[in-house]
Amino acid sequence: MQFDTTELISFMTNWSVILPALLTTVLMAILAQVLGIALGLVAALAGRSRNPVVHGIATVYVWIFRGTPVLVQILLLYFGVPVLLGGIDPFPTTYGSLPTLIGGAFVAATLALGVNEGAYMSEIIRAGILSVDAGQAEAAKSLGMTPRKTMSRIVLPQAMRVIVPPLGNEFNNMLKTTSLASVITVTELVMVAEMRYAGTFKPFEPLVGISIYYLAMTTVWGFVQARIERKLGAGLNRNDDEPGFWSRTLSVSRGAPHSGGMR
Amino acid sequence: MTTPSGHIHGTDVKVSKDLLAAIGGAPTSSTELVVDAQHVNKWFGKLHVLQDVSLEVKRQEVVVILGPSGSGKTTFIRCVNHLEKIQQGRISVNGHLIGYREVDGRLVEDKEANIARQRQEIGMVFQRFNLFPHKTALENIIEAPVQVKGMARVEALEMGKALLQRVGLAAKADAYPAQLSGGQQQRVAIARALAMKPALMLFDEPTSALDPEMIGEVLEVMKELAREGMTMIVVTHEMGFAREVADRVVMMDEGRVVEEGTPEAFFSNPSNERTKSFLAKIL
Repeated sequence: MQFDTTELISFMTNWSVILPALLTTVLMAILAQVLGIALGLVAALAGRSRNPVVHGIATVYVWIFRGTPVLVQILLLYFGVPVLLGGIDPFPTTYGSLPTLIGGAFVAATLALGVNEGAYMSEIIRAGILSVDAGQAEAAKSLGMTPRKTMSRIVLPQAMRVIVPPLGNEFNNMLKTTSLASVITVTELVMVAEMRYAGTFKPFEPLVGISIYYLAMTTVWGFVQARIERKLGAGLNRNDDEPGFWSRTLSVSRGAPHSGGMR
Repeated sequence: MTTPSGHIHGTDVKVSKDLLAAIGGAPTSSTELVVDAQHVNKWFGKLHVLQDVSLEVKRQEVVVILGPSGSGKTTFIRCVNHLEKIQQGRISVNGHLIGYREVDGRLVEDKEANIARQRQEIGMVFQRFNLFPHKTALENIIEAPVQVKGMARVEALEMGKALLQRVGLAAKADAYPAQLSGGQQQRVAIARALAMKPALMLFDEPTSALDPEMIGEVLEVMKELAREGMTMIVVTHEMGFAREVADRVVMMDEGRVVEEGTPEAFFSNPSNERTKSFLAKIL
């Protein structure tokens, strides 16, 4: 059997199928990641709580969702929850007025991926918070800032620098992990590839095709992430080559009577 | 006796005569005692770090706490704004119990919001400056007035600039901490604490992390503040500052106050053996 380039191009440019699948993949990844960040932040903050119940819930959450396969979590949510709820199906094929793209399987997969991601984000955010010098929180508190203000204004902005690189890694992973949603009939990239070769008996070409699309998405994300990381560097770890640095330094030292050296 | 490390050279810091004018004058209040600490005891695990420490500081008084490292002096001033808990005794600032409230004759830790409010009137300057590295000098100063007191940003900026001027750093308003020398960072940190118009300033070894040539500029700002009537507790090893500025010197050793007196009496005629040996080593 030979690699059929015509089949590859034909599959990859079959826009009426590919575009919705790409959109589904990207949308699912973004929504799940946002949910994961939100849950991760809540869990990380709860994990720091002195209240044993709050702390305990966060610990158990991270323990369970990091300790079981995300594929199993997706299946449990999609097939298990309707059983628990008796007659009510929270994941119908479509939700009436919503676009068909966002059906029950999509919602279930996104929720499962997001809740799973939250467990990992919780650890990443926790590490970020721990990376900020304790003196920062003490200084904020000594100025009369509440624990909440101290966290949101002083600690978290500085923690971001440590959080963003692994967060980028997580989103890169998420773009690819969405492929698991195919098992519960979400029409994302893997699903459309499978549907294609079920008819053509040529699995190689569509699988290469979606691999190219995955690679394109993760590559674009890599550039976006690099930009975000550069922006977060502002004010912290000033480098000599940063634009504006020397002009600012020179104009400042002219005006000031101090001889204190730069650090 | 000479004071090698404490001698203050003519510095190039142009500190204005009225440091406190930038925040609307020295704070006044009806209570004469600003700090009233009674029989404070604290343990770190089994280590009894504060043993029955009592200290009263009157308004506009400058108290310098001296002592060898590990004597509990830093721990004590950290208790004054409740960065550290105490297990026994009580500490009041401006007549309000700090960190605790009394319920049926027993002390229970206060709510975070109440503690935060009490801390607004207690400025603290740290050994390691602890400026916010993601904010400029001016942003560091206005952060708490805007975020905590709800001061209008325009007003806060004006006050912040005035404060920077007072500590001789008007030109550094837009500089990030990493662009400032240690001495400059510490002066910004003092301005940041003053921006909350505190009734009391705590200094925790403010010059210990500085290169020798930068110590003078920070001490100069602190002296000016003392002259203008700020109530201050200063933990330091700068004997020259203690001798020149302090109204009272307190010597701590192994978690206890071992001697207390005017600088003249303390340095020229110490009564306690520990004080004598400490001074012999340091002077």
